[in-house]
Amino acid sequence: MDAAAPTPGKEVLNIPVKKVRTLHEIKKHTSIYLFISPFYILFLVFGLFPILFSLFLSLQSWDGLDTMKFIGFKNFQMLLQDGDFWQAVGNTFTIWFEQTIIMLFLSLVIAFLLNSAFVKLRSVWRFTYFLPNVTSLVAQTVLFYIFFSPKYGTIDYFIQKAGVAPIDWLNSNFWLQISIAIIGIWRWTGYNALIYLAGLQSIPDELYEAAKIDGATTTQSFFRITIPILRPIVLFTVIMSTIGGMQIFTEPQILTGGNGGPGGGGMTMVLYLYNQAFSNHLFGYASAIAWVLFIIILIFSLVNSLIIRRLSSK
Amino acid sequence: MSTVDTKGFSLSKVFLYIGLLIWLVFSVFPFYWMIVTASRGTSSIFSYPPHLTFGSDLVVNTQHLLANIPFFRSMLNSVFVSGSITLLHLFFCSLAGFAFAKYEFPAKKQLFYLMLATMMVPGQLGLVPSFIIMKTFHWVNTYYALIIPGAASAFGIFWLKQFSESTIHDDLLNAGRIDGCGNFRLYYHVALPIMRPTLTAFGIFSFMGSWNDYLWPLIILNDPVRYTIQVTLSSLNGIYFKDYGMVMAGTLYATIPLLVLFAIFSNKLMGAVTVGAIKS
Repeated sequence: MDAAAPTPGKEVLNIPVKKVRTLHEIKKHTSIYLFISPFYILFLVFGLFPILFSLFLSLQSWDGLDTMKFIGFKNFQMLLQDGDFWQAVGNTFTIWFEQTIIMLFLSLVIAFLLNSAFVKLRSVWRFTYFLPNVTSLVAQTVLFYIFFSPKYGTIDYFIQKAGVAPIDWLNSNFWLQISIAIIGIWRWTGYNALIYLAGLQSIPDELYEAAKIDGATTTQSFFRITIPILRPIVLFTVIMSTIGGMQIFTEPQILTGGNGGPGGGGMTMVLYLYNQAFSNHLFGYASAIAWVLFIIILIFSLVNSLIIRRLSSK
Repeated sequence: MSTVDTKGFSLSKVFLYIGLLIWLVFSVFPFYWMIVTASRGTSSIFSYPPHLTFGSDLVVNTQHLLANIPFFRSMLNSVFVSGSITLLHLFFCSLAGFAFAKYEFPAKKQLFYLMLATMMVPGQLGLVPSFIIMKTFHWVNTYYALIIPGAASAFGIFWLKQFSESTIHDDLLNAGRIDGCGNFRLYYHVALPIMRPTLTAFGIFSFMGSWNDYLWPLIILNDPVRYTIQVTLSSLNGIYFKDYGMVMAGTLYATIPLLVLFAIFSNKLMGAVTVGAIKS
């Protein structure tokens, strides 16, 4: 270890210096580089290399056993005409949208309710609202299968009692997507509500009092104080739910037995990728899918961050 | 907000509590239903109208479960895999987080931003080649493939760096240096004890995360004896869907450890989640 390092960490100058000095600095901090190295080594081997390798694979035809055959951009050409794939892209965005909108709305409402000054036993509410997030997604989906199950489903029982016609949850594309969204909503609404609640509670009371003295109405202080402070937090949760939403796999895989349901409405992007790679053994094709997905997610994130920048500059 | 009347009875209060209660029922009902179905035979689960109370078949369902699959073996497998990931993850992330927070060294900024940038790369991009790498390492159907890639994460390093920056004071480190401590001893004897509360929260976080991992273990493991609990649960659901009481008993037992863990550490965990979101 670097026992002879007398320079206290924070005092090293940030001025650009000569190469000799830099080399000396690097040498002096050998152990520090060692401290941070595990992540970079793991990323090289299990992160960067697979990505580059998948670019190479996407130009091959390979079932994982025989020799690879270079086929140029044929995989990508096939993919552009693959209706099932584009349906999966559409499905994923639909599910993400339904889930995110409803979840955002509900968790904001819950956060505001919980933030009211007279709510008692706040920690009990918080605890129960967080519970859904603690179950594993697999266990949750297996359980929710009973709720949605076609003839004897629990939800259908209750809505029939309320006088509504039963819904064929898992056999129509629309309701299958709603079912998947409901699983996500159950899982994440409380979680996000607690994040918003923490945001609301970080606003000091003095701010509202000062606004009141200045003659602001409750509505005004809501739009001028509460919303601006909450906005970045909401955006953070939207980003998180986008990252998660683009990767939806477990729910449709278990609800539909992996085939995306009778109308294919539950086929998501990652489930499609998984099936092509590990059921059909089309490794080259699956790699092409991975890259197209990456580009789609990238464009989507860029659009997302553009919107965020516009919103936060307001 | 302090403008609201905090005492006495009012209509808005009633509405507020009704609203909160509705979501409470939504949150808790599935857990209740899990126990109801785990304690009933399949015909009784799918009977119409459904039975809303506990049955008496939990023992039978449990016996079926244990007779058909190595259920508790899967639980142990998951404990082993998630435990190993958590320990390695805590060690490597705290080490790197400490280094980034408390040292200035050439290319620090670049390395840090490079690390953050890797968080943007979606995991499934390398799914196929990662599997091929594991094949060439002969790691398919082993726990190395599950544990090693998850031993350090950008997210964890970032989190622990943020924490170390404000809580580990330079004076302490300098005092250690005067006593002749090397960097690793500074980490081990000065930084680590200060980081302990965060490490607990972060450790539970990583444990739960890897406990719930499904896609990657599903790809890597092909021997039922080595399945993690999530893979077992899903295969149970696929194969024995006619014995739903048994499947639900399995689901119940697989959920209990996490609930217990959460019950013990709930404040730490919820605190960590919300603080992380507010700060970033």
